[in-house]
Amino acid sequence: MENWKQNKAVFWVTALPGIVWLLLFFLIPLALIWGMSFGEKTSIIDIEITGTLNNYIRSFEAVYVKIIWKSIWISVISTAVCLAIAYPVAFGICFSPARWRPLLLLLVILPFWINLLIRTYALIAVFRTRGTLNFTLEWFWNLAFLDKLIGPFQPLELLYNNGAVIVGMVYVFMPFMVLPLYATIERLDRSYLEASLDLGASQWRTFFSVTVPLTLPGIVSGIILVFIPMLGMFLVPDLLGGTNAIMIGNVITDQFKAANDWPFGAALSFLLMYVTFAALALRAFIGARMKAGVGI
Amino acid sequence: MARRKSTRGPLDYGKSPWLILFGLVTFILLYAPIAQLIAFSFNDSKRNIVWRGFTTKYYAKAWNDASLVEAFVNSMTIAVMCTVVATIIGTATALWLWRFRFPAKSAVEGVMVLPIVIPEICMGVAVLVLYSRVGNWMRGFETGPIHWWNELFSVWPLNLGAITAAHIAFSFPFVAVVVRARLAGFNREFEEASKDLGASEWQTFWNVVLPFMLPGVIAGALLSFTLSLDDFVITFFTAGPETNTFPVKVYSLVRRGVSPDINAASTVLIIITLVATIIAMRMQAPSKIEG
Repeated sequence: MENWKQNKAVFWVTALPGIVWLLLFFLIPLALIWGMSFGEKTSIIDIEITGTLNNYIRSFEAVYVKIIWKSIWISVISTAVCLAIAYPVAFGICFSPARWRPLLLLLVILPFWINLLIRTYALIAVFRTRGTLNFTLEWFWNLAFLDKLIGPFQPLELLYNNGAVIVGMVYVFMPFMVLPLYATIERLDRSYLEASLDLGASQWRTFFSVTVPLTLPGIVSGIILVFIPMLGMFLVPDLLGGTNAIMIGNVITDQFKAANDWPFGAALSFLLMYVTFAALALRAFIGARMKAGVGI
Repeated sequence: MARRKSTRGPLDYGKSPWLILFGLVTFILLYAPIAQLIAFSFNDSKRNIVWRGFTTKYYAKAWNDASLVEAFVNSMTIAVMCTVVATIIGTATALWLWRFRFPAKSAVEGVMVLPIVIPEICMGVAVLVLYSRVGNWMRGFETGPIHWWNELFSVWPLNLGAITAAHIAFSFPFVAVVVRARLAGFNREFEEASKDLGASEWQTFWNVVLPFMLPGVIAGALLSFTLSLDDFVITFFTAGPETNTFPVKVYSLVRRGVSPDINAASTVLIIITLVATIIAMRMQAPSKIEG
Protein backbone atom coordinates (compact mmCIF):
# COMPACT_ATOMS: atom_id res chain seq x y z
CA MET A 1 0.00 0.00 0.00
CA GLU A 2 1.21 3.45 -0.92
CA ASN A 3 1.49 6.35 1.46
CA TRP A 4 -0.99 8.97 0.31
CA LYS A 5 1.69 11.66 0.20
CA GLN A 6 3.53 9.82 -2.58
CA ASN A 7 0.82 10.51 -5.11
CA LYS A 8 -1.47 13.24 -3.92
CA ALA A 9 -3.13 13.84 -7.30
CA VAL A 10 -4.37 10.25 -7.66
CA PHE A 11 -5.24 10.20 -3.98
CA TRP A 12 -7.61 13.14 -4.26
CA VAL A 13 -9.06 12.11 -7.62
CA THR A 14 -10.10 8.74 -6.20
CA ALA A 15 -11.03 10.03 -2.74
CA LEU A 16 -13.11 13.10 -3.47
CA PRO A 17 -16.11 11.74 -5.42
CA GLY A 18 -17.05 9.34 -2.62
CA ILE A 19 -16.34 11.79 0.18
CA VAL A 20 -18.28 14.64 -1.44
CA TRP A 21 -21.30 12.48 -2.31
CA LEU A 22 -21.44 10.91 1.12
CA LEU A 23 -21.12 14.31 2.75
CA LEU A 24 -23.84 15.96 0.65
CA PHE A 25 -26.42 13.20 0.50
CA PHE A 26 -25.79 11.26 3.66
CA LEU A 27 -23.79 12.94 6.42
CA ILE A 28 -25.29 16.43 6.07
CA PRO A 29 -28.87 15.06 5.95
CA LEU A 30 -28.13 12.96 9.04
CA ALA A 31 -26.69 16.00 10.78
CA LEU A 32 -29.81 17.95 9.81
CA ILE A 33 -32.20 15.47 11.40
CA TRP A 34 -29.91 15.10 14.39
CA GLY A 35 -30.16 18.86 14.90
CA MET A 36 -33.89 18.73 14.26
CA SER A 37 -34.32 16.10 16.98
CA PHE A 38 -33.42 18.90 19.44
CA GLY A 39 -35.85 21.32 17.81
CA GLU A 40 -39.40 22.54 18.24
CA LYS A 41 -42.19 23.29 15.85
CA THR A 42 -42.94 27.00 15.89
CA SER A 43 -45.62 26.93 13.19
CA ILE A 44 -46.96 24.48 10.62
CA ILE A 45 -43.83 24.67 8.50
CA ASP A 46 -41.21 26.32 10.70
CA ILE A 47 -38.92 24.40 12.97
CA GLU A 48 -36.52 26.05 15.35
CA ILE A 49 -33.59 24.24 16.85
CA THR A 50 -33.71 25.18 20.50
CA GLY A 51 -31.64 22.44 22.06
CA THR A 52 -34.69 21.03 23.80
CA LEU A 53 -34.74 17.41 24.91
CA ASN A 54 -38.55 17.32 24.85
CA ASN A 55 -38.68 15.14 21.74
CA TYR A 56 -36.60 12.46 23.40
CA ILE A 57 -38.55 12.79 26.66
CA ARG A 58 -41.78 12.45 24.71
CA SER A 59 -40.64 9.13 23.24
CA PHE A 60 -40.70 7.78 26.79
CA GLU A 61 -44.42 8.45 27.12
CA ALA A 62 -46.40 5.28 27.77
CA VAL A 63 -47.86 5.05 24.23
CA TYR A 64 -44.45 5.20 22.59
CA VAL A 65 -42.66 3.04 25.16
CA LYS A 66 -45.25 0.39 24.39
CA ILE A 67 -44.59 0.63 20.66
CA ILE A 68 -40.80 0.70 21.11
CA TRP A 69 -41.01 -2.30 23.42
CA LYS A 70 -43.19 -4.12 20.90
CA SER A 71 -40.75 -3.32 18.08
CA ILE A 72 -37.95 -4.75 20.18
CA TRP A 73 -39.64 -8.00 21.12
CA ILE A 74 -41.03 -8.62 17.63
CA SER A 75 -37.51 -8.08 16.23
CA VAL A 76 -35.93 -10.30 18.90
CA ILE A 77 -38.34 -13.18 18.26
CA SER A 78 -38.04 -12.81 14.48
CA THR A 79 -34.23 -12.73 14.72
CA ALA A 80 -34.24 -15.85 16.91
CA VAL A 81 -36.49 -17.73 14.47
CA CYS A 82 -34.31 -16.57 11.56
CA LEU A 83 -31.24 -17.93 13.34
CA ALA A 84 -32.96 -21.22 14.17
CA ILE A 85 -33.83 -21.72 10.49
CA ALA A 86 -30.72 -20.20 8.90
CA TYR A 87 -28.16 -22.08 10.98
CA PRO A 88 -29.18 -25.59 9.88
CA VAL A 89 -29.57 -24.35 6.30
CA ALA A 90 -26.09 -22.74 6.26
CA PHE A 91 -24.66 -25.82 7.98
CA GLY A 92 -26.27 -28.15 5.45
CA ILE A 93 -24.97 -26.09 2.52
CA CYS A 94 -21.43 -26.11 3.95
CA PHE A 95 -21.44 -29.87 4.29
CA SER A 96 -23.07 -30.57 0.92
CA PRO A 97 -20.96 -31.72 -2.05
CA ALA A 98 -18.69 -28.91 -3.23
CA ARG A 99 -20.22 -28.68 -6.71
CA TRP A 100 -23.69 -28.09 -5.24
CA ARG A 101 -22.68 -25.32 -2.88
CA PRO A 102 -22.69 -22.28 -5.20
CA LEU A 103 -26.10 -23.24 -6.59
CA LEU A 104 -27.62 -23.83 -3.14
CA LEU A 105 -26.22 -20.56 -1.88
CA LEU A 106 -27.60 -18.75 -4.92
CA LEU A 107 -31.02 -20.32 -4.31
CA VAL A 108 -31.05 -19.05 -0.71
CA ILE A 109 -29.98 -15.52 -1.61
CA LEU A 110 -32.03 -15.04 -4.76
CA PRO A 111 -35.31 -14.20 -2.94
CA PHE A 112 -33.42 -11.49 -1.12
CA TRP A 113 -32.96 -9.63 -4.39
CA ILE A 114 -36.65 -9.69 -5.16
CA ASN A 115 -38.30 -6.48 -4.10
CA LEU A 116 -39.22 -6.49 -0.41
CA LEU A 117 -42.61 -5.01 -1.22
CA ILE A 118 -43.37 -7.79 -3.70
CA ARG A 119 -42.34 -10.52 -1.26
CA THR A 120 -44.54 -9.00 1.43
CA TYR A 121 -47.40 -8.75 -1.05
CA ALA A 122 -46.88 -12.42 -1.97
CA LEU A 123 -47.40 -13.30 1.70
CA ILE A 124 -50.69 -11.38 1.82
CA ALA A 125 -52.04 -13.68 -0.89
CA VAL A 126 -51.05 -16.68 1.24
CA PHE A 127 -52.39 -15.52 4.58
CA ARG A 128 -55.50 -13.48 3.81
CA THR A 129 -58.91 -14.83 4.82
CA ARG A 130 -59.58 -16.18 1.33
CA GLY A 131 -55.91 -16.95 0.80
CA THR A 132 -53.98 -20.07 -0.11
CA LEU A 133 -53.39 -21.26 3.43
CA ASN A 134 -57.02 -21.04 4.49
CA PHE A 135 -58.02 -22.63 1.22
CA THR A 136 -55.65 -25.55 1.80
CA LEU A 137 -56.87 -25.97 5.37
CA GLU A 138 -60.46 -26.02 4.17
CA TRP A 139 -59.60 -28.70 1.65
CA PHE A 140 -58.10 -30.89 4.38
CA TRP A 141 -61.07 -30.10 6.63
CA ASN A 142 -63.48 -31.35 4.01
CA LEU A 143 -61.22 -34.29 3.17
CA ALA A 144 -61.45 -35.47 6.77
CA PHE A 145 -65.28 -35.10 6.63
CA LEU A 146 -65.03 -32.59 9.46
CA ASP A 147 -67.57 -30.43 7.61
CA LYS A 148 -70.11 -33.21 8.06
CA LEU A 149 -69.15 -33.81 11.69
CA ILE A 150 -68.54 -30.32 13.07
CA GLY A 151 -69.74 -27.89 10.45
CA PRO A 152 -68.33 -25.80 7.63
CA PHE A 153 -64.73 -24.63 7.84
CA GLN A 154 -64.26 -21.25 9.50
CA PRO A 155 -61.37 -19.41 7.82
CA LEU A 156 -58.68 -18.33 10.25
CA GLU A 157 -57.82 -14.65 10.62
CA LEU A 158 -54.12 -14.94 9.88
CA LEU A 159 -53.34 -11.37 8.84
CA TYR A 160 -53.20 -8.13 10.82
CA ASN A 161 -51.71 -9.40 14.06
CA ASN A 162 -48.24 -9.69 15.63
CA GLY A 163 -47.86 -13.28 14.44
CA ALA A 164 -48.27 -12.22 10.81
CA VAL A 165 -45.59 -9.55 11.27
CA ILE A 166 -43.16 -12.07 12.78
CA VAL A 167 -43.78 -14.57 9.96
CA GLY A 168 -43.29 -11.76 7.44
CA MET A 169 -40.04 -10.58 9.04
CA VAL A 170 -38.63 -14.10 9.13
CA TYR A 171 -39.65 -14.73 5.53
CA VAL A 172 -38.09 -11.49 4.34
CA PHE A 173 -34.82 -11.58 6.31
CA MET A 174 -33.95 -15.28 6.62
CA PRO A 175 -31.76 -15.31 3.45
CA PHE A 176 -29.71 -12.44 4.87
CA MET A 177 -28.90 -14.46 7.99
CA VAL A 178 -27.58 -17.40 5.98
CA LEU A 179 -24.72 -15.41 4.41
CA PRO A 180 -22.52 -14.61 7.45
CA LEU A 181 -23.30 -18.01 8.97
CA TYR A 182 -22.19 -19.76 5.79
CA ALA A 183 -19.01 -17.68 5.68
CA THR A 184 -17.93 -18.74 9.20
CA ILE A 185 -19.11 -22.35 9.10
CA GLU A 186 -17.18 -22.79 5.85
CA ARG A 187 -13.95 -21.67 7.49
CA LEU A 188 -14.55 -23.96 10.49
CA ASP A 189 -11.63 -26.33 11.05
CA ARG A 190 -13.33 -29.70 10.93
CA SER A 191 -10.54 -31.45 12.83
CA TYR A 192 -11.90 -29.82 16.02
CA LEU A 193 -15.21 -31.57 15.42
CA GLU A 194 -13.43 -34.86 14.79
CA ALA A 195 -11.38 -34.43 17.96
CA SER A 196 -14.49 -33.74 20.00
CA LEU A 197 -16.29 -36.79 18.58
CA ASP A 198 -13.20 -38.99 19.02
CA LEU A 199 -12.96 -37.95 22.64
CA GLY A 200 -16.45 -39.30 23.19
CA ALA A 201 -18.66 -36.21 23.02
CA SER A 202 -22.05 -36.78 21.46
CA GLN A 203 -23.07 -35.03 18.24
CA TRP A 204 -25.22 -32.54 20.20
CA ARG A 205 -22.52 -31.88 22.77
CA THR A 206 -20.00 -31.32 19.95
CA PHE A 207 -22.41 -28.93 18.29
CA PHE A 208 -23.08 -26.81 21.36
CA SER A 209 -19.58 -26.91 22.89
CA VAL A 210 -17.42 -26.76 19.75
CA THR A 211 -19.29 -25.72 16.61
CA VAL A 212 -21.40 -22.93 18.09
CA PRO A 213 -18.55 -21.20 20.01
CA LEU A 214 -16.28 -21.40 16.96
CA THR A 215 -18.91 -19.89 14.65
CA LEU A 216 -19.94 -17.21 17.13
CA PRO A 217 -18.60 -14.28 15.06
CA GLY A 218 -20.86 -15.34 12.19
CA ILE A 219 -23.82 -15.71 14.54
CA VAL A 220 -23.23 -12.22 15.98
CA SER A 221 -22.84 -10.69 12.50
CA GLY A 222 -26.00 -12.41 11.32
CA ILE A 223 -28.00 -11.27 14.33
CA ILE A 224 -26.90 -7.65 13.89
CA LEU A 225 -27.42 -7.79 10.13
CA VAL A 226 -31.08 -8.76 10.46
CA PHE A 227 -31.98 -7.22 13.83
CA ILE A 228 -31.23 -3.60 12.85
CA PRO A 229 -33.32 -3.50 9.67
CA MET A 230 -36.12 -5.38 11.44
CA LEU A 231 -36.22 -2.80 14.19
CA GLY A 232 -36.67 0.03 11.70
CA MET A 233 -38.93 -1.94 9.34
CA PHE A 234 -41.92 -0.08 8.06
CA LEU A 235 -43.36 -2.09 5.17
CA VAL A 236 -43.95 -5.46 6.82
CA PRO A 237 -45.85 -4.18 9.88
CA ASP A 238 -47.71 -1.75 7.65
CA LEU A 239 -48.93 -4.37 5.17
CA LEU A 240 -49.19 -7.50 7.34
CA GLY A 241 -49.81 -6.00 10.76
CA GLY A 242 -52.25 -3.26 9.88
CA THR A 243 -53.27 -1.08 12.78
CA ASN A 244 -52.86 -3.93 15.27
CA ALA A 245 -49.12 -4.27 15.00
CA ILE A 246 -47.62 -0.80 14.76
CA MET A 247 -43.86 -0.64 15.10
CA ILE A 248 -41.46 2.25 15.54
CA GLY A 249 -40.90 2.52 11.78
CA ASN A 250 -44.62 3.20 11.29
CA VAL A 251 -44.59 5.88 14.00
CA ILE A 252 -41.61 7.60 12.35
CA THR A 253 -43.30 7.51 8.94
CA ASP A 254 -46.43 8.92 10.49
CA GLN A 255 -44.54 11.85 12.04
CA PHE A 256 -43.08 12.78 8.66
CA LYS A 257 -46.26 12.21 6.67
CA ALA A 258 -49.69 12.52 8.31
CA ALA A 259 -48.87 13.80 11.82
CA ASN A 260 -46.37 16.35 10.48
CA ASP A 261 -44.25 16.50 13.62
CA TRP A 262 -40.78 16.33 12.15
CA PRO A 263 -38.74 17.06 15.29
CA PHE A 264 -40.37 14.14 17.11
CA GLY A 265 -39.91 11.88 14.07
CA ALA A 266 -36.26 12.95 13.93
CA ALA A 267 -35.78 12.06 17.60
CA LEU A 268 -37.34 8.61 17.05
CA SER A 269 -35.10 8.00 13.99
CA PHE A 270 -32.09 8.95 16.04
CA LEU A 271 -33.09 6.56 18.80
CA LEU A 272 -32.86 3.88 16.08
CA MET A 273 -29.47 5.25 15.05
CA TYR A 274 -28.18 5.08 18.62
CA VAL A 275 -29.26 1.43 18.83
CA THR A 276 -27.47 0.78 15.53
CA PHE A 277 -24.25 2.37 16.76
CA ALA A 278 -24.44 0.36 19.99
CA ALA A 279 -24.90 -2.87 18.01
CA LEU A 280 -21.95 -2.06 15.75
CA ALA A 281 -19.76 -1.25 18.74
CA LEU A 282 -20.79 -4.55 20.31
CA ARG A 283 -19.83 -6.41 17.14
CA ALA A 284 -16.45 -4.68 16.98
CA PHE A 285 -15.88 -5.51 20.64
CA ILE A 286 -16.76 -9.19 20.20
CA GLY A 287 -14.66 -9.34 17.02
CA ALA A 288 -11.64 -7.96 18.88
CA ARG A 289 -12.11 -10.40 21.76
CA MET A 290 -12.39 -13.34 19.38
CA LYS A 291 -9.27 -12.27 17.51
CA ALA A 292 -7.34 -12.02 20.76
CA GLY A 293 -8.49 -15.54 21.56
CA VAL A 294 -10.12 -14.53 24.83
CA GLY A 295 -13.61 -15.71 23.92
CA ILE A 296 -16.63 -13.81 25.10
CA MET B 1 -24.35 -53.33 14.95
CA ALA B 2 -22.69 -54.00 11.63
CA ARG B 3 -26.05 -53.91 9.89
CA ARG B 4 -27.00 -50.56 11.30
CA LYS B 5 -23.75 -49.01 10.24
CA SER B 6 -24.39 -46.77 7.26
CA THR B 7 -21.88 -45.44 4.78
CA ARG B 8 -22.25 -42.07 6.45
CA GLY B 9 -19.26 -40.87 8.47
CA PRO B 10 -19.70 -38.85 11.67
CA LEU B 11 -18.97 -35.59 9.85
CA ASP B 12 -21.08 -36.27 6.76
CA TYR B 13 -23.81 -33.90 7.87
CA GLY B 14 -24.56 -33.24 4.22
CA LYS B 15 -26.04 -36.73 4.00
CA SER B 16 -28.16 -36.42 7.12
CA PRO B 17 -31.76 -37.03 6.01
CA TRP B 18 -33.09 -34.62 8.65
CA LEU B 19 -30.86 -31.81 7.47
CA ILE B 20 -31.77 -32.46 3.83
CA LEU B 21 -35.47 -32.51 4.70
CA PHE B 22 -35.13 -29.31 6.72
CA GLY B 23 -33.34 -27.59 3.85
CA LEU B 24 -35.88 -28.80 1.34
CA VAL B 25 -38.83 -27.56 3.38
CA THR B 26 -37.11 -24.19 3.88
CA PHE B 27 -36.50 -23.80 0.14
CA ILE B 28 -40.11 -24.71 -0.63
CA LEU B 29 -41.47 -22.22 1.91
CA LEU B 30 -39.10 -19.57 0.58
CA TYR B 31 -40.20 -19.97 -3.02
CA ALA B 32 -43.86 -21.04 -2.74
CA PRO B 33 -45.31 -17.54 -2.18
CA ILE B 34 -43.27 -16.10 -5.06
CA ALA B 35 -44.16 -19.01 -7.33
CA GLN B 36 -47.81 -18.51 -6.49
CA LEU B 37 -47.56 -14.80 -7.22
CA ILE B 38 -46.06 -15.48 -10.65
CA ALA B 39 -48.51 -18.31 -11.42
CA PHE B 40 -51.55 -16.23 -10.51
CA SER B 41 -50.45 -13.40 -12.77
CA PHE B 42 -51.46 -15.78 -15.57
CA ASN B 43 -54.67 -16.91 -13.87
CA ASP B 44 -57.91 -16.06 -15.62
CA SER B 45 -59.73 -15.16 -12.41
CA LYS B 46 -60.20 -11.83 -10.72
CA ARG B 47 -60.32 -13.34 -7.25
CA ASN B 48 -57.11 -15.22 -7.68
CA ILE B 49 -57.79 -18.25 -5.53
CA VAL B 50 -58.51 -21.11 -7.91
CA TRP B 51 -56.83 -21.73 -11.23
CA ARG B 52 -59.26 -20.88 -14.03
CA GLY B 53 -57.04 -21.13 -17.05
CA PHE B 54 -54.11 -19.35 -18.64
CA THR B 55 -54.31 -15.74 -19.71
CA THR B 56 -51.96 -12.84 -20.34
CA LYS B 57 -54.71 -10.24 -20.16
CA TYR B 58 -53.44 -8.82 -16.87
CA TYR B 59 -50.11 -8.06 -18.51
CA ALA B 60 -51.99 -6.19 -21.22
CA LYS B 61 -53.99 -4.41 -18.53
CA ALA B 62 -50.88 -3.39 -16.65
CA TRP B 63 -49.31 -2.26 -19.93
CA ASN B 64 -52.31 -0.06 -20.68
CA ASP B 65 -52.28 1.55 -17.24
CA ALA B 66 -50.55 4.83 -18.10
CA SER B 67 -49.59 5.71 -14.51
CA LEU B 68 -48.11 2.26 -13.94
CA VAL B 69 -46.05 2.46 -17.13
CA GLU B 70 -44.92 5.99 -16.25
CA ALA B 71 -43.84 4.82 -12.80
CA PHE B 72 -42.00 1.92 -14.40
CA VAL B 73 -40.19 4.19 -16.87
CA ASN B 74 -39.26 6.51 -13.99
CA SER B 75 -37.87 3.60 -11.98
CA MET B 76 -35.80 2.31 -14.89
CA THR B 77 -34.49 5.81 -15.64
CA ILE B 78 -33.51 6.37 -12.02
CA ALA B 79 -31.89 2.94 -11.87
CA VAL B 80 -29.83 3.56 -15.02
CA MET B 81 -28.69 7.05 -13.93
CA CYS B 82 -27.92 5.74 -10.45
CA THR B 83 -25.94 2.81 -11.86
CA VAL B 84 -23.71 4.98 -14.03
CA VAL B 85 -22.81 7.45 -11.27
CA ALA B 86 -22.67 4.94 -8.40
CA THR B 87 -20.37 2.65 -10.40
CA ILE B 88 -17.92 5.46 -11.13
CA ILE B 89 -17.92 6.79 -7.55
CA GLY B 90 -17.86 3.31 -6.02
CA THR B 91 -14.97 2.18 -8.21
CA ALA B 92 -12.98 5.32 -7.41
CA THR B 93 -13.62 4.79 -3.69
CA ALA B 94 -12.54 1.15 -3.92
CA LEU B 95 -9.31 2.12 -5.70
CA TRP B 96 -8.69 4.82 -3.13
CA LEU B 97 -9.11 2.55 -0.12
CA TRP B 98 -7.21 -0.28 -1.79
CA ARG B 99 -4.24 1.74 -2.87
CA PHE B 100 -3.52 4.28 -0.19
CA ARG B 101 -2.44 4.34 3.39
CA PHE B 102 -3.57 7.51 5.19
CA PRO B 103 -4.35 8.76 8.69
CA ALA B 104 -7.69 7.74 10.25
CA LYS B 105 -8.30 5.25 7.43
CA SER B 106 -10.29 2.78 9.52
CA ALA B 107 -12.60 5.57 10.69
CA VAL B 108 -13.17 6.61 7.06
CA GLU B 109 -13.91 2.99 6.13
CA GLY B 110 -16.41 2.82 8.97
CA VAL B 111 -18.24 5.93 7.73
CA MET B 112 -18.23 4.63 4.15
CA VAL B 113 -20.18 1.50 5.07
CA LEU B 114 -22.63 3.44 7.26
CA PRO B 115 -25.23 3.77 4.46
CA ILE B 116 -25.22 -0.04 4.22
CA VAL B 117 -25.81 -0.66 7.92
CA ILE B 118 -28.16 2.01 9.22
CA PRO B 119 -31.92 1.40 9.04
CA GLU B 120 -33.25 2.53 5.67
CA ILE B 121 -35.96 4.63 7.26
CA CYS B 122 -33.36 6.86 8.97
CA MET B 123 -31.78 7.62 5.62
CA GLY B 124 -35.20 8.14 4.05
CA VAL B 125 -36.27 10.80 6.54
CA ALA B 126 -32.81 12.41 6.54
CA VAL B 127 -32.92 12.90 2.77
CA LEU B 128 -36.50 14.17 3.03
CA VAL B 129 -35.38 16.84 5.49
CA LEU B 130 -32.42 17.78 3.27
CA TYR B 131 -34.63 18.24 0.21
CA SER B 132 -37.25 20.24 2.04
CA ARG B 133 -34.50 22.54 3.32
CA VAL B 134 -32.97 22.92 -0.12
CA GLY B 135 -36.46 23.41 -1.57
CA ASN B 136 -37.24 26.23 0.88
CA TRP B 137 -33.93 27.86 0.14
CA MET B 138 -34.41 27.60 -3.64
CA ARG B 139 -37.85 29.17 -3.42
CA GLY B 140 -36.08 32.32 -2.31
CA PHE B 141 -34.55 32.52 -5.78
CA GLU B 142 -37.77 32.22 -7.71
CA THR B 143 -37.32 35.60 -9.35
CA GLY B 144 -33.59 35.92 -8.93
CA PRO B 145 -30.84 35.23 -11.44
CA ILE B 146 -30.87 31.46 -10.90
CA HIS B 147 -34.60 30.87 -11.24
CA TRP B 148 -33.84 28.93 -14.43
CA TRP B 149 -32.28 26.35 -12.12
CA ASN B 150 -35.67 25.55 -10.60
CA GLU B 151 -37.23 25.18 -14.03
CA LEU B 152 -34.38 23.02 -15.24
CA PHE B 153 -34.97 20.56 -12.41
CA SER B 154 -38.67 20.25 -13.08
CA VAL B 155 -38.02 18.81 -16.56
CA TRP B 156 -37.88 15.04 -17.03
CA PRO B 157 -35.53 13.26 -16.33
CA LEU B 158 -33.86 15.93 -14.18
CA ASN B 159 -36.88 16.03 -11.88
CA LEU B 160 -35.83 12.51 -10.91
CA GLY B 161 -32.42 13.85 -9.92
CA ALA B 162 -33.27 14.20 -6.24
CA ILE B 163 -34.33 10.56 -5.91
CA THR B 164 -31.37 9.43 -8.02
CA ALA B 165 -28.88 11.33 -5.86
CA ALA B 166 -30.20 9.58 -2.74
CA HIS B 167 -30.07 6.19 -4.49
CA ILE B 168 -26.45 6.83 -5.48
CA ALA B 169 -25.60 7.66 -1.86
CA PHE B 170 -26.74 4.26 -0.58
CA SER B 171 -25.61 2.15 -3.54
CA PHE B 172 -22.07 3.36 -4.24
CA PRO B 173 -20.73 1.92 -0.94
CA PHE B 174 -22.00 -1.49 -2.12
CA VAL B 175 -20.13 -1.03 -5.42
CA ALA B 176 -17.01 -0.05 -3.46
CA VAL B 177 -17.23 -3.20 -1.30
CA VAL B 178 -17.63 -5.50 -4.34
CA VAL B 179 -14.84 -3.86 -6.38
CA ARG B 180 -12.50 -3.83 -3.43
CA ALA B 181 -13.10 -7.52 -2.80
CA ARG B 182 -12.09 -8.11 -6.41
CA LEU B 183 -8.99 -5.90 -6.06
CA ALA B 184 -7.87 -7.88 -3.00
CA GLY B 185 -6.88 -10.65 -5.43
CA PHE B 186 -4.79 -8.32 -7.61
CA ASN B 187 -1.06 -8.73 -7.64
CA ARG B 188 0.33 -5.23 -7.07
CA GLU B 189 3.56 -6.22 -8.80
CA PHE B 190 1.76 -5.96 -12.16
CA GLU B 191 1.03 -2.35 -11.44
CA GLU B 192 4.62 -1.70 -10.42
CA ALA B 193 5.93 -3.53 -13.49
CA SER B 194 3.73 -1.44 -15.74
CA LYS B 195 5.00 1.78 -14.20
CA ASP B 196 8.62 0.57 -14.31
CA LEU B 197 8.20 -0.04 -18.01
CA GLY B 198 7.28 3.58 -18.47
CA ALA B 199 3.47 3.53 -18.51
CA SER B 200 1.79 6.58 -17.06
CA GLU B 201 -0.64 6.48 -14.14
CA TRP B 202 -3.60 6.60 -16.53
CA GLN B 203 -2.16 3.96 -18.93
CA THR B 204 -1.51 1.65 -16.00
CA PHE B 205 -5.05 2.11 -14.75
CA TRP B 206 -6.63 1.65 -18.18
CA ASN B 207 -4.50 -1.29 -19.39
CA VAL B 208 -3.61 -3.17 -16.23
CA VAL B 209 -5.84 -2.44 -13.25
CA LEU B 210 -9.17 -1.89 -14.99
CA PRO B 211 -9.17 -5.13 -17.04
CA PHE B 212 -8.49 -7.05 -13.85
CA MET B 213 -11.20 -5.42 -11.80
CA LEU B 214 -13.77 -5.23 -14.61
CA PRO B 215 -15.82 -8.27 -13.46
CA GLY B 216 -16.06 -6.63 -10.02
CA VAL B 217 -17.10 -3.33 -11.60
CA ILE B 218 -19.81 -5.00 -13.69
CA ALA B 219 -21.04 -6.95 -10.66
CA GLY B 220 -21.11 -3.72 -8.67
CA ALA B 221 -22.99 -1.92 -11.44
CA LEU B 222 -25.68 -4.61 -11.62
CA LEU B 223 -25.90 -4.60 -7.84
CA SER B 224 -26.54 -0.86 -7.74
CA PHE B 225 -29.08 -1.27 -10.54
CA THR B 226 -31.12 -3.80 -8.53
CA LEU B 227 -30.70 -1.82 -5.30
CA SER B 228 -32.07 1.29 -6.98
CA LEU B 229 -34.87 -0.57 -8.73
CA ASP B 230 -35.91 -2.28 -5.49
CA ASP B 231 -35.77 0.69 -3.21
CA PHE B 232 -39.08 1.61 -1.70
CA VAL B 233 -38.42 3.37 1.60
CA ILE B 234 -36.09 6.14 0.45
CA THR B 235 -38.16 6.86 -2.66
CA PHE B 236 -41.33 6.82 -0.55
CA PHE B 237 -39.98 9.75 1.44
CA THR B 238 -38.44 11.72 -1.42
CA ALA B 239 -40.87 11.18 -4.29
CA GLY B 240 -43.15 14.07 -5.19
CA PRO B 241 -46.56 13.76 -6.82
CA GLU B 242 -45.01 13.91 -10.30
CA THR B 243 -42.15 11.54 -9.62
CA ASN B 244 -43.81 8.26 -8.83
CA THR B 245 -41.63 5.17 -9.00
CA PHE B 246 -42.70 1.62 -9.61
CA PRO B 247 -42.40 0.30 -6.02
CA VAL B 248 -44.20 3.38 -4.67
CA LYS B 249 -46.97 2.89 -7.23
CA VAL B 250 -47.24 -0.81 -6.41
CA TYR B 251 -47.41 0.08 -2.71
CA SER B 252 -50.42 2.33 -3.29
CA LEU B 253 -52.08 -0.50 -5.26
CA VAL B 254 -51.23 -3.16 -2.67
CA ARG B 255 -52.85 -1.12 0.08
CA ARG B 256 -56.11 -1.53 -1.82
CA GLY B 257 -55.80 -5.31 -1.83
CA VAL B 258 -54.69 -8.28 -3.89
CA SER B 259 -55.29 -8.08 -7.62
CA PRO B 260 -53.87 -9.92 -10.63
CA ASP B 261 -52.56 -6.78 -12.33
CA ILE B 262 -50.19 -6.24 -9.39
CA ASN B 263 -49.08 -9.83 -9.84
CA ALA B 264 -48.35 -9.17 -13.51
CA ALA B 265 -46.45 -5.96 -12.82
CA SER B 266 -44.51 -7.63 -9.97
CA THR B 267 -43.59 -10.57 -12.18
CA VAL B 268 -42.01 -8.22 -14.71
CA LEU B 269 -39.97 -6.55 -11.97
CA ILE B 270 -38.94 -9.91 -10.48
CA ILE B 271 -37.65 -11.11 -13.85
CA ILE B 272 -35.63 -7.93 -14.46
CA THR B 273 -34.01 -8.04 -11.00
CA LEU B 274 -33.30 -11.75 -11.10
CA VAL B 275 -31.61 -11.57 -14.50
CA ALA B 276 -29.43 -8.67 -13.31
CA THR B 277 -28.61 -10.46 -10.05
CA ILE B 278 -27.68 -13.76 -11.68
CA ILE B 279 -25.36 -12.01 -14.16
CA ALA B 280 -23.81 -10.07 -11.25
CA MET B 281 -23.20 -13.25 -9.26
CA ARG B 282 -21.58 -14.92 -12.25
CA MET B 283 -19.29 -11.93 -12.66
CA GLN B 284 -18.31 -12.03 -9.01
CA ALA B 285 -17.36 -15.69 -9.05
CA PRO B 286 -13.58 -15.97 -9.38
CA SER B 287 -12.75 -16.83 -12.98
CA LYS B 288 -10.50 -19.76 -13.71
CA ILE B 289 -8.21 -18.01 -16.17
CA GLU B 290 -6.99 -15.31 -13.86
CA GLY B 291 -6.93 -17.62 -10.87
